[in-house]
Amino acid sequence: MTSVIRPTADGRSPRAFLEVRELCIHFPTEDGLVKSVDGLSYSLERGKTLGIVGESGSGKSVTSLAVLGLYNRNNAQMSGEIWVDGEEIVSASPETVRKLRGRKMAIIFQDPLSSMHPFYTVGDQIIEAYRVHNKVTKAVARKHAIDMLGRVAIPQPAKRVDDYPHQFSGGMRQRAMIAMAMSCDPELLIADEPTTALDVTVQAQILDLMRDLQREFNSALIIITHDLGVVAELADDVLVMYAGKAIEYGPAVEIFERPEHPYTWGLLASMPRLDRELSDRLIPIKGTPPSLINVPSGCAFHPRCSYAGLTNGASLNVVPELARGASHLVRCHLSVETRQQIWQREIKQELEGTA
Amino acid sequence: MSTAHADRSGPHDVLLSVSGLQKHFPITTGLFRRQVGAVQAVDGLTFDVVRGKTMGLVGESGCGKTTTGRLLTRLLEPTGGRIEFDGHDITHMSQGRLRPLRKDMQMIFQDPFSSLNPRHTVGTIVGAPFRIQHVKTPHGIKRAVQDLLKLAGLNPEHYNRYPHEFSGGQRQRIGIARTLALNPKMIIADEPVSALDVSVQAQVVNLLEDLQAELGLTYVVIAHDLSVVRHISDDVAVMYLGKIVEMADRDSLYTHPRHPYTVSLLSAVPVPDPRRRDSAQRERVLLTGEVPSPIDPPSGCRFRTRCWKAQDICATEEPPLIGKPGDMDSHLIACHFPVADDEKVAGRKAPASVV
Repeated sequence: MTSVIRPTADGRSPRAFLEVRELCIHFPTEDGLVKSVDGLSYSLERGKTLGIVGESGSGKSVTSLAVLGLYNRNNAQMSGEIWVDGEEIVSASPETVRKLRGRKMAIIFQDPLSSMHPFYTVGDQIIEAYRVHNKVTKAVARKHAIDMLGRVAIPQPAKRVDDYPHQFSGGMRQRAMIAMAMSCDPELLIADEPTTALDVTVQAQILDLMRDLQREFNSALIIITHDLGVVAELADDVLVMYAGKAIEYGPAVEIFERPEHPYTWGLLASMPRLDRELSDRLIPIKGTPPSLINVPSGCAFHPRCSYAGLTNGASLNVVPELARGASHLVRCHLSVETRQQIWQREIKQELEGTA
Repeated sequence: MSTAHADRSGPHDVLLSVSGLQKHFPITTGLFRRQVGAVQAVDGLTFDVVRGKTMGLVGESGCGKTTTGRLLTRLLEPTGGRIEFDGHDITHMSQGRLRPLRKDMQMIFQDPFSSLNPRHTVGTIVGAPFRIQHVKTPHGIKRAVQDLLKLAGLNPEHYNRYPHEFSGGQRQRIGIARTLALNPKMIIADEPVSALDVSVQAQVVNLLEDLQAELGLTYVVIAHDLSVVRHISDDVAVMYLGKIVEMADRDSLYTHPRHPYTVSLLSAVPVPDPRRRDSAQRERVLLTGEVPSPIDPPSGCRFRTRCWKAQDICATEEPPLIGKPGDMDSHLIACHFPVADDEKVAGRKAPASVV
């Protein structure tokens, strides 16, 4: 289990392999300032997996792009610190980050068709990534590419290495994408919705593959998804994001068995589950995710929260702190006791269909 | 409840009856468009949909479920078989004669971003069916549209807004309001919630259920999400490569899946419970390889190339879709070796590189 660090920037040198501290990413636009990520802190060790969950527009992808330095310096306002194995990314020069990217950290994108170049063969693209960071001949790199394709279980890798991305099926393309990301043995791997575009049977294959590869390479893995099932399948720690902020952060078992934030309750209640008795109705979260230009005052979740009335108006005006709850960090005005009571008495029973 | 044609004489009031439905898309080549083959997208479907019930069609991408939806609404013309809707044979009906029937069958599309004209206001979009079908509304079209918006859970004051001003969930509601305009008997919903955020999916699923209860609608829901299909369907048909491999009422299918494909599909769904992660992995039936091409489907049983129970007979003889002794009459399976209730299917690990 990774240690949950205190979310304050106290200037001490990082202890974890990846540490993100008080990260803010704001985009000035004509309509106003978009606070995509607002004061996010987390840490991750090698060999561990962090799941970042959130709806569209909650800032989960922007965070991961920032870790890789893949943001536009001309229009993004960044503050905070990102430490990867002792090196700070936010203040580093683009050239430094470029050398880290691909070798020390890599990313797997959601849509493998649009993230691979249609004009080059799959092999060429893996070879290119490998040769940027390793001084080897083309022949050696090609052998390595075939090796990697074999590792991700692509049949006949020596033949398929010369195929173009369009000749691969969706699942194979995602495997090739993983092969490319793993080609330089990265210590940090970020998977941004790696299975959203895939069928369930292929998704199961890919999740299995990622789990095996992580074990083999002992890399730190961040998995970004909106599917709580995928998170439960892979993650050691879970970070739930809402409107650019972390609203709940802790070990996966805690988040799934003793969630304390009303938004997390809502997420768990709104999805139909195969492992539970059939309920007559789903319990949706009312309203829609907020626009980041117009984030609600106080607690960003209050317009959708059924328990906002219990806070004596605090949720309308005061932004709650990410504070320690019973077992993990929660950003909520309700007291720990109230939250636990509501969870035990109402939500848990509704979820398990025993109410 | 959908039943086989053998016992169609039952008391059920069948709204839509399909037998031997087939759609082969020709593959042509050369100057004279000589036909060299065919994509057998849908190949012999037979099922009934009972008035007021919901039929779910599940399967992986490329199994022909969307093509089926388009055939049912006659957006495509079948190359074989017969579709009977509300007593009319619509299999080869001309578009002109079909138009009055279009009032009774409507479609909800997957992507609420591309299925609404961005240059039309909500009022124009939802009111279009009235204008096209020359339907007289008692208090004018505007009033009728506002009633529909209210029915779909939207604010009637948004009459003059454009689609881009709405979120994904609201747009899907606009699409639903449009389909309800002419008071249809049947709605074909092609992946109605898969493009929406988790918390909003539940809202739309509940809306669809409420409307069915209120207006007595009949649904055919096409989806790849097995848990959503379980939630809203009365009957479920599982498709693989253009054929139905298993069809039963919901409870029977989800508690006693018989076809190896259904078993593996159900086991591949990630369960949002981190404690069950290890046991879920052990029980998972991993399918190897990819879905074969529908241009040249495997002989005999189409699933045999990925099936762990396949024997010689599977390659030579195509299994018919029939009931098995011991099951409910309505539970139909197309398999030579159906999975028994207590059969151990656990622990199969996919070999690393199998085509």
